[in-house]
Amino acid sequence: MLKWITLAPLIGAIINGLLGRRFVTLFGQRVAEKLTGFIACASVGVSTALAFIAFFGRLRPLPEGQRLITEHFFTWIKVGSFQADFAYLLDPLSGVYILFVTGVGLLIHIYATGYMSGDPGYYRFFAYMNLFMFMMLTLVLADNLLLLFVGWEGVGLCSYLLIGYYIRWDVAGSAAKKAFVVNRIGDFGYMIATFLVFTTFGTISFVSKNGVAGFLEQAKAMPVEGWMVFGVLTIIALLFLAGSTGKSAQIPLYVWLPDAMAGPTPVSALIHAATMVTAGVYLTARTSAVFVKSPTAMAVVAVIGAATAIFAATIGIAQNDIKKVLAYSTVSQLGYMFLACGVGAFTAGIFHVVTHAFFKALLFLGAGSVIHGAHQEQDMRWMGGLRKYMPITFSTMLAGWLAISGFPLLSGFFSKDEILWRTWATGALPHNWGKALWGIAIFTALLTAVYMTRLMWMTFWGSERFREAHNDQHGHSADAHAHHGDPHESGWLMTIPLIILAMLSIAGGYVGVPASLGGSNHFEHFLEPTISKVEPPTAAHTGPAQITAQTESHAATPAPEPHGAAPGAQASQLAAHEGGHDVGTERMFTLISSVVAILGLIFGLLFFSRNPLWRAPKLLEDKYRIDELYDATVVEPIEGLSREGLWKFVDVKIIDGFVNGVARVFAGLAGILRYTQTGFARNYAAVILVGAIIVIGYFGFVALR
Amino acid sequence: MNIITITTFLPLVGAIVLLLYSAVAGRDGDQEKRDNQYRWITLIVTIITFAVSLGAILKFDSSIAGPQLVQRSPWIGVLNANYFVGVDGISIWLVILTTFLMPISVLASWRVTKRVREYMLFMLTLETGMVGVFVSWDLLLFYLFFEITLIPMYFLIGVWGGERRIYAAIKFFVYTVVGSLLMLVAIIAVYQYCGGTFDIVEITSRLAANPGLIPGNVKIWLWLAFALAFCIKVPLFPFHTWLPDAHTEAPTAGSIILAGVLLKMGTYGLMRFNLPFFPDVSQKAAPYVMALAVIGIIYGALVAMVQPDMKRLVAYTSVSHLGFVVLGTFAFTEQAMQGAIYQMLAHGVATGGLFLCVGIVYDRRHTRMIAEYGGIATPMPQYSMMFMIISLASLGLPLLAGFIGEFLILIGTFVSTVPHAKLFAVLGATGVIFSAVYLLWMLQRVMFGEITNPENAELEDADAREKWALVPLVLMAIVMGFGPMLFLRATEKSVNSVRQIVVGTGEKSVSSVR
Repeated sequence: MLKWITLAPLIGAIINGLLGRRFVTLFGQRVAEKLTGFIACASVGVSTALAFIAFFGRLRPLPEGQRLITEHFFTWIKVGSFQADFAYLLDPLSGVYILFVTGVGLLIHIYATGYMSGDPGYYRFFAYMNLFMFMMLTLVLADNLLLLFVGWEGVGLCSYLLIGYYIRWDVAGSAAKKAFVVNRIGDFGYMIATFLVFTTFGTISFVSKNGVAGFLEQAKAMPVEGWMVFGVLTIIALLFLAGSTGKSAQIPLYVWLPDAMAGPTPVSALIHAATMVTAGVYLTARTSAVFVKSPTAMAVVAVIGAATAIFAATIGIAQNDIKKVLAYSTVSQLGYMFLACGVGAFTAGIFHVVTHAFFKALLFLGAGSVIHGAHQEQDMRWMGGLRKYMPITFSTMLAGWLAISGFPLLSGFFSKDEILWRTWATGALPHNWGKALWGIAIFTALLTAVYMTRLMWMTFWGSERFREAHNDQHGHSADAHAHHGDPHESGWLMTIPLIILAMLSIAGGYVGVPASLGGSNHFEHFLEPTISKVEPPTAAHTGPAQITAQTESHAATPAPEPHGAAPGAQASQLAAHEGGHDVGTERMFTLISSVVAILGLIFGLLFFSRNPLWRAPKLLEDKYRIDELYDATVVEPIEGLSREGLWKFVDVKIIDGFVNGVARVFAGLAGILRYTQTGFARNYAAVILVGAIIVIGYFGFVALR
Repeated sequence: MNIITITTFLPLVGAIVLLLYSAVAGRDGDQEKRDNQYRWITLIVTIITFAVSLGAILKFDSSIAGPQLVQRSPWIGVLNANYFVGVDGISIWLVILTTFLMPISVLASWRVTKRVREYMLFMLTLETGMVGVFVSWDLLLFYLFFEITLIPMYFLIGVWGGERRIYAAIKFFVYTVVGSLLMLVAIIAVYQYCGGTFDIVEITSRLAANPGLIPGNVKIWLWLAFALAFCIKVPLFPFHTWLPDAHTEAPTAGSIILAGVLLKMGTYGLMRFNLPFFPDVSQKAAPYVMALAVIGIIYGALVAMVQPDMKRLVAYTSVSHLGFVVLGTFAFTEQAMQGAIYQMLAHGVATGGLFLCVGIVYDRRHTRMIAEYGGIATPMPQYSMMFMIISLASLGLPLLAGFIGEFLILIGTFVSTVPHAKLFAVLGATGVIFSAVYLLWMLQRVMFGEITNPENAELEDADAREKWALVPLVLMAIVMGFGPMLFLRATEKSVNSVRQIVVGTGEKSVSSVR
């Protein structure tokens, strides 16, 4: 059954990929579109249905702690003791993932049948999208590191194909290539991590197989590595993190994601917001057993997450392209998820993955609807006042806007609040790192509310600027044949997915309402068995550094916080990760994040209603010029070295110079020897005579001696 | 009659038939029509040969390590040299690869109009030579076939090649001959030391049973002589500079065969002779060879990245990809050595495919320069799709051919006990990044974007003949990615027996070889 969840979209991809063009010649563009769209959506629909059946019908009913379904498809590679199968694993973690991947995926597929209508590459688009679903589901359901890597690289491929979907547009081609290459840098880390796992544990399987315990189980039995001790688990964890920074667009490898917006908008929603980019979080959660053994790696994850969150948010505030804002917002939100993992709150990270999938898919699809309705305009400076023209898009996006901003009781609020609180109260990090990171995270939350408000205002409120746009020469997206006229609302194929996603964005958080707010945190409870917890450090298995760190963090005077919550949090620190909660403090923090979100919204509304076309500092608009930095420090030196150094010097001058030199020497020698071949019989006779005398002389000499 | 003998000599018989036919058909009449008949005859002969070789894989018994399907009869009695052919797990797929690539190469040569008869004759004799190399179990016979392949390839490059064909052909010839002459000396020495036998099985077992048969320092020289011949052929850095010239100047089919088969004669030789004949020397040399292999991986990739000429780019990727094979061969672990075999096959399919793809647009535009193209995905969508799949297979995307070999080699190297093996594996893995850079960059500049050169606007998509050549390669690239066990099961025993000889130097008895 699990294999059919993945295979259904693959079959759709194959049918559309091989026959899609023929459909057009057989039935004409309109009918072919319907047929292709139907095949694509139906295949994902089958997959979705199966995923729900597998989850609710088979996984959920199992007793807690035994929720694990495996399925062997075929043995892919088996050489010596190394084995990697096409085998699937359904547990709470992959279960949650397949639910939202298929669910959101289906909605986006339906939306795309409307959005891509009339595109000459319609069948190609859906073949790629279905292939993506196959790869993503393979990634999630894989029972070993190598099959996960198949999905991992596979989604990267589909991302490449779909970013570069508008093949005649140079920008798209470059963006696609950049995405692939940057991801490959991360994949390098993943591969080395896989090697290390194999050498350390003798298996790359997550769960027991053929009598060998899965590497995660083995890792659980290993001692925690001390602070700043680079043992094998720390190195494995850091290498996995390297892979994740590529796929999930974290510092330093985030640079590809904003460029990836060159792809059609449904692609941005599906791949570059809801699903693929959260693969890094998935990997971290999946291998949490390794991560929790390394406080060092955890700290790095948390710091990278927090740094990415704030860094991307500051860029997002300065962008004018509606999709770019959302792209940086995605990078920033992914940062939150990593922060959550780094502080040991893996379930909170996954929770945010799910709610983010709802509201970010919604926001992207909404943006797509806007772009579609506004004749391929992406620059928000040429929008404004659109709420009149596209009321459904507007009202659904309102839900997304409030959800991502963390407006109380919407989905994003619960997940983000959870992360913030767990960051503050973390026991995974030394000293007061948790509090410092909380400070960054809460400020990022404020920025999030501000830049999202800016996006909403520039797009839907204020003066109607779209009419001026057409007189202007400005950057268009690939499809530039804009037919003029007022913006219009999109068709029902597009608005219905928007409405469903809006409802999910509003209500999706209720699966994980924390106990402090009267909920039962179903979500966390459900995931818990698959996630490893940070162990309370004990003298038995921690290095001295760790102990010092712990004692210091307890002895240190609480940071002066205006709300006076710090001491309580301090005290609750150990209690928190042992399962108990200091309910009062947690509620206090919930209040703080609510206030911050609302403050951000109010500030944004006040500010941008007055200055809708406010220009951010140049440095932010230029994205800190990181791309230029990478070009100058990495790309150009390697290219220069390769061209001038290796090729034109080593290859041509040294090696070939040597070879041709040898050839010339021989040619020269041969030239000299040529003089012996004069063609005159008497010369040869003379030589023979001399030779004969020497030979006879030699033998005579030998005989006489 | 023995199926291996048939596979080997059927092309030669075909060549004779072609010659006789051309004599009968005479000189008069329509030249073009006759040329077409020559093409068809050659194509049919190569297809039948392929079909026969498939029979060999059906008869193949994966549980045997040593040679099977053998034929053995006296050849040169005085020298105790025998006609001894057969296949084992190491060679069986290389034979199939050869016979598989030949019909494709013939299809790729369809537009050759200059001296078609001679061209096809060389193709057929070349096939006999290449198959002969892989099936020989007699050293002298091996050497004969090894050298025979040179001659047709020399003419294919020198007569039907590009502008600098003479330079390239001579460079190719001289480089290879220098190596193989030293190998001839080494073969004679081994013959002498082992009591006058050219029988490879016999030599291997005698050397294994009595490691002192050849004195230590002599062994080193002999190892070097064999290794030089093979490393030039591979080519291992720094012996690689003949390759970009030969690949670039050769006609399309020549490049396909060069990359697909001829280079594998080098890596095959290392695994067939250097390792089992001189296990102790191989072990000592392993870190150095691996270091060169890793340099080759990175160097080839970096240089490929900056090539303005498509064929030259693909040529340098061979340096990089064959570096993986050598790395795996000298890691002496099951994963790495099996991976090395697999990488040979995958490289044959993927790089053969790349040269074919370049050839297809070369036939239309008569230029290999990347800058001359751009945006050809618009007029040639089907061709572009297949070109892309082949490229992805070459850059090692999972579920396509290239990944399996590279991954097995790297993980096998990582677990190897050879000094510094972990470092080599990590450095080698960077090749994975670079391969994405050079191939995707080429794809982007050739296929995507607006059409800047009006000459490209009306290019005709792949025609039926080209599809017949390209589709089998694409399918193989996918099959090899999904089902590596289809291939690896047959190689396992033989590879392990070689590995045992090296790892358990001298300890293993004769029986493990037989």
